Amino acid sequence: MTIEIFMQQLANGISIGSLYALLAIGYTMVYGILRLINFAHGDIFMMAAYFMVFSIINFKLPWYVAIVIVITASVALGVLLEKTAYKPLRDAPRMSIMISAIGASFLLENLATYLFTGVPKGFPDIKILTKSVSLGGVSLSIATLITPFVTLILLYVVLFITNKTKIGMAMRAVSKDFETAKLMGININKVISTTFIIGSSLAAIGAILWGSKYPSIYPIMGVMPGLKCFIAAVLGGIGNTTGAVLGGFILGMAEIMLVTFLPSLTGYRDAIAFIILIVVLLVKPTGLLGEKVTDKV
Amino acid sequence: MKRVLSLLICLLMVLSLFTACAKKDEDIIKIGVFEPLTGENGGGGQQELDGIRYANKMYPEVLGKKIELVVVDNKSDKGEATTAVTRLIEKDKVVAIIGSYGSGVSIAAGDIIKNAKIPAMGASCTNPMVTEGNEFYFRACFLDPFQGRVMANYAIGQGAKTAAVIMQNGDDYSVGLGNFFIDAFRELTGDPDSIVDISEFQVNDSDFNAILTNIKAKNPDVIFAPSSATTAPLIIKQARDLQIKSLIMGGDTWENPAVIEVAGADAEGIVLSTFFDENDPATNEARVFVEGYKKEMAGKEPIIPAVAALGYDAYLLVRDAIEKAGSTDGVAIRDALNATKDFEGVTGVINFTENGDADKNIAVIKTVQDGQFVYIDTVEVK
Amino acid sequence: MMDKLNNKKTKLYMNILLIALFAAIIILLDTDTIGDNYIRRVLNLSAIYTIVSLSMNLVNGFTGLFSLGQAGFMAIGAYTVAIFTVPLAERAKIFYVVPQNPVLAQIELPFAIALVLGGLLAALIAVLIGMPVLRLKSDYLAIATLGFSEIIRIILTNAKSISNGALGIKGIPQMPTMWVFFGVAILSVVLIWLLIDSSYGRAFKAIREDEIAAEAMGISLFKHKVMSFAIGAFFAGIGGGLLASLLATVDPKQFYFTVTYNFLLIIVLGGMGSISGTVIASFVVTAGLEVLRFFDDPLTLFGVTIPIFRPGFRMVIFSLLLMLLVLFFRNGLLGQKELSWNLIFDWFKRKSKRTGKGGTAQ
Repeated sequence: MTIEIFMQQLANGISIGSLYALLAIGYTMVYGILRLINFAHGDIFMMAAYFMVFSIINFKLPWYVAIVIVITASVALGVLLEKTAYKPLRDAPRMSIMISAIGASFLLENLATYLFTGVPKGFPDIKILTKSVSLGGVSLSIATLITPFVTLILLYVVLFITNKTKIGMAMRAVSKDFETAKLMGININKVISTTFIIGSSLAAIGAILWGSKYPSIYPIMGVMPGLKCFIAAVLGGIGNTTGAVLGGFILGMAEIMLVTFLPSLTGYRDAIAFIILIVVLLVKPTGLLGEKVTDKV
Repeated sequence: MKRVLSLLICLLMVLSLFTACAKKDEDIIKIGVFEPLTGENGGGGQQELDGIRYANKMYPEVLGKKIELVVVDNKSDKGEATTAVTRLIEKDKVVAIIGSYGSGVSIAAGDIIKNAKIPAMGASCTNPMVTEGNEFYFRACFLDPFQGRVMANYAIGQGAKTAAVIMQNGDDYSVGLGNFFIDAFRELTGDPDSIVDISEFQVNDSDFNAILTNIKAKNPDVIFAPSSATTAPLIIKQARDLQIKSLIMGGDTWENPAVIEVAGADAEGIVLSTFFDENDPATNEARVFVEGYKKEMAGKEPIIPAVAALGYDAYLLVRDAIEKAGSTDGVAIRDALNATKDFEGVTGVINFTENGDADKNIAVIKTVQDGQFVYIDTVEVK
Repeated sequence: MMDKLNNKKTKLYMNILLIALFAAIIILLDTDTIGDNYIRRVLNLSAIYTIVSLSMNLVNGFTGLFSLGQAGFMAIGAYTVAIFTVPLAERAKIFYVVPQNPVLAQIELPFAIALVLGGLLAALIAVLIGMPVLRLKSDYLAIATLGFSEIIRIILTNAKSISNGALGIKGIPQMPTMWVFFGVAILSVVLIWLLIDSSYGRAFKAIREDEIAAEAMGISLFKHKVMSFAIGAFFAGIGGGLLASLLATVDPKQFYFTVTYNFLLIIVLGGMGSISGTVIASFVVTAGLEVLRFFDDPLTLFGVTIPIFRPGFRMVIFSLLLMLLVLFFRNGLLGQKELSWNLIFDWFKRKSKRTGKGGTAQ
C-alpha cells in the first residue's frame, strides 16, 4: 500500500466522517432536550436532498437561492414534525413517543417513494462544488474538500449558540432538568422548536454536501446514514455536541479503514457501526465525552 | 364510538378479502404483468411496463376478445415477487405472465409459475437460471453468458490486458454477468491473472471510494461493473473523481437515461451492451414501432429504452402464441410458444431454444458521447 | 336476555361453537372446498405474523422492554429451516457462486426438527445478546436490539458458504396443509397465555409497571428480562422458520429492520398488553395490507383517472395508520384486557343503553 493510496483513503474517511458529524449533531441535540431518538432525522436529510433537486431542476433557481430555500423548507418540515408527532405525546410513556418517531420516519419514507417514485433522481451538479482538484496525488472534489471545514465552522456556531446566548442557556437548562426548567418560566416550546430548527438546518446542509458527493437521491437514502449518525452521537456522548462531531469522524474513519486494510470484509462495513455501538453501550454508555447521569429513584 | 368504528373497520377489511369480486367476464383475456415499479429497479421496470402497455394499445385483442393487462408491483423484492405472482395466478386468473425486469425476482417466482403451469415470458431478465429447468418460462432477450463474452471480447479488442470487476452482492444479474465476464476474459487473454481485482458492494451502498481507491492502485485497463442504473452513475462519477482513467463498462442495465443524467459529464466514454438500437431497426415491425412509440412517449425519454422494446416483443410473442394455440390453456400456450418460428419482433427475428431462450446471437454495443447514447457496433457471435 | 346468557354454561357452549366453526373453516379452506391459493397464503401469513407479533408483545407489551430485534431472530429461524430442509440434490444449484459449507451440505433435517432448532438457536443468541444489553435504558435498548438485528442480517448477507449470501436460498419444501401454520400458531397462543398467567408472567408485568418496585419485592430483574427476551426470540425464530416454508425462498433483504415495524403496528393496534388483541390485529393488518393493494392501482371513476392512486400509496396509508394509532388510539383495540364473552356482552349493553333499544334497566 503506497502512501498515496493511504492518504486518499484517509481523505475519504475524513470526508464521510464530517458528513456523519453534521447529522449527528441534530440527533444529539434533540436527545439532550427531549430524551427522544428522532428516527425521522435521517428522513429530513433525505427530504432536503429532494427539495434541492426540485429547486434547481424543476424550478430552475440559481444554486445560492436554492440553498436558502432548501434550508428553510427543511426547517419547516422539522418543526412541523415536532408539532404533530412529538408534542402531543410529551406526557405519554416513552414507548409511545418512540413509536411515533418510528412511524413518522416510516411515513416520510413512504411518502417520498409515493411522490417521487423509487427511481433515483440525479442531484443537480453545482459546478463550484463538484470540480475536482488534486492535492499531491490525492483527488478530491471541492465539496469533499470543504466538508470538514464546514462541519467545524458549524460546530463552532452551534457551540456559540448553546453557550453564549440566552436561548442556548435555556436549552442547556431544559436538557439538565425538564420539569424544573418549565417551572422556572422557560418557554419549553420555544426551546424545543429552536433545537429542531438547528438540527434540521444542519441536516439540510449535510444533504447538500452529501448530494454533491453521491448524486443519487432515493427515498431510503436517509435510513442507514440516520442510524449511523445516531450511533456516532452515542459514541461521542449523547447530549454533547462536540462529542457528536468527534463520534462522526471516528465512525467514518473506522468504516474506511476497514475497507482499506481488510478489503475482503468490505461487506461488513455497515456492521462496523453497530459493533461500535454495542461496544460503547457496554463499556462506556455515556460515550467518550458524555457526563455521568445518575438515576434518581 | 371509537370502539364501534375501529371494530367495524376491522370487520370490513377481513370481509372484503373474502368477497374479492371475481369478474366473471367471459369477453376478457387477462395477461399478468409483474414488474418492479418501486424499489431499486423501479425505473427499469416502469420502462418495460410502458413498452408492454404500448403493445397492448397497438394490439388489444386476440381470439376475438379484449386483452386486459393486470399489473402487480414486485417492489424489486424476491418475497414480494412470489406474493405478486401468486396473486396474479390465483386471484386474477391470468392466462400468461410477462416479466420481470431483474433476474433475481424472476428466478424467485419461477417455481410458482412452473407449478401452476402458466407460461411466463421474461423481457429483459438475462440470467440463465430464469429458464433453466423451467419449461414454462421463456424470454425474449439474450443470456448473460453471451453478454459477458461480448463485453470481454470488446474490451480485449480495445487492447485491454487487465480488468477489474465490481459486482453487487446478492444481485443474481450482477453476480452472474460479472462471473461470466471474468471467465471469458481469462479464457480470451489466456492469463488467469488478467483479472486484477474482484470487489463487491451491498445494495443501497453509495460510497464506492474505498473500493475504487483499491482498484486504482492495481491500475487495470478496464473496469467492468454490471450494476443497476441506480448505482452505475455513482461508480462512474466516483471513479472519475479519483482520476481513474480506465475504460468503464457495464451491461444492459446501463442503457438508462438516469445514468447519463446523474453521472453528467463523467459518463462520457462508458461502454455498454444492449438489445436494441432505435436508429438501426432490425425489422419492419421495428421501424413502425420506433415511429409510433416515439410519438407516444412524446419526449418522456430521450431515446427508446431497450427494455421497452423487449417488453413490446414479449407481449407480442405471448399474444401470437395464444392465437396460434387457439385457447387460453396454459399448456397449449406453452406449446405454441415452443413452436414459434421466425417471429418478427422489434428486437430482431426470434426463435426459441430448447430452454425457452430467444435464440439471439446479436448484441448492440453503445457508448456515451456528448451526453447521448451512441451506437458503436453490432456484435454477432456464431 | 343478556343476563340469561351471562352464565358459565352458556359461555362454555358458545366457546365450543366458536372453536368448531373456526376448525370447520380451516378444514374447508385446506381441502380446497372454498377459497383459493391466494386466500390460503394470506391466512397462513396472518398465522405466522400472529406468532411473531405475540413474541414481540411478550417482550415489549408484557415486560415493558423496548426491543426492535424481532427481524433478526426471525432471520435466524428462517435460515435454519432454509439451510437444513432443502433437499441435498438441489443444493449445488442454489449455492452456485460459493459452494455450501461442506459440513452443512451433508445435513438434511425434517421440517419439524429444523423449525424447533431454529427457534432454539434464536433463543440462544437472544441470551447471549441479552445478557449485556438488557440492563440498558429503554431508548438505548431499542437501538441496541435494532443494531443486533442488523448485524445478524449483515452476517447472513456476507457468510456466503453458510447462507449463500445475498442471493438467498430458494426451493425450500413447502407444507401441504394449512394446519401446520395454524397449529403452531394456536400452540404458541396457548403457551404464551399459560406463561403470562403463571408467576413468571406476573413477574414480567411487575417489571413493566415499575422496575425498581419489582426489584424491591425480590424479583430478579436480570433473570426475568433475559427469560422474556429469550422466549420472545424463540417464538420469533419459529415464526421465521414457518415463513421460510411458506414463501419457499429466503433472502436477507426480507429481514431488514423495517420489517419489525409491521409487528409494531400490530401490537399497537391490538393493544400492547393483550394476547387476543394481538391475534385479532395480526389478521386485520395482514388482510388489510393485501386489501389495500387496490390503492396502488390507478382508479378510474366515470372515465376520469384519479392521479392519487399510484404504486406506493398503499404504504403511505399504512404508515399514516400507524401514526394515527399511536397519537390517538394509544391503547389499541383492547389495551391490556383480553377478549372475553363478558367484554362483548358489556359492549352490547352499553350500546343498547345509549340507543335506548330495550336492554337492561337503568
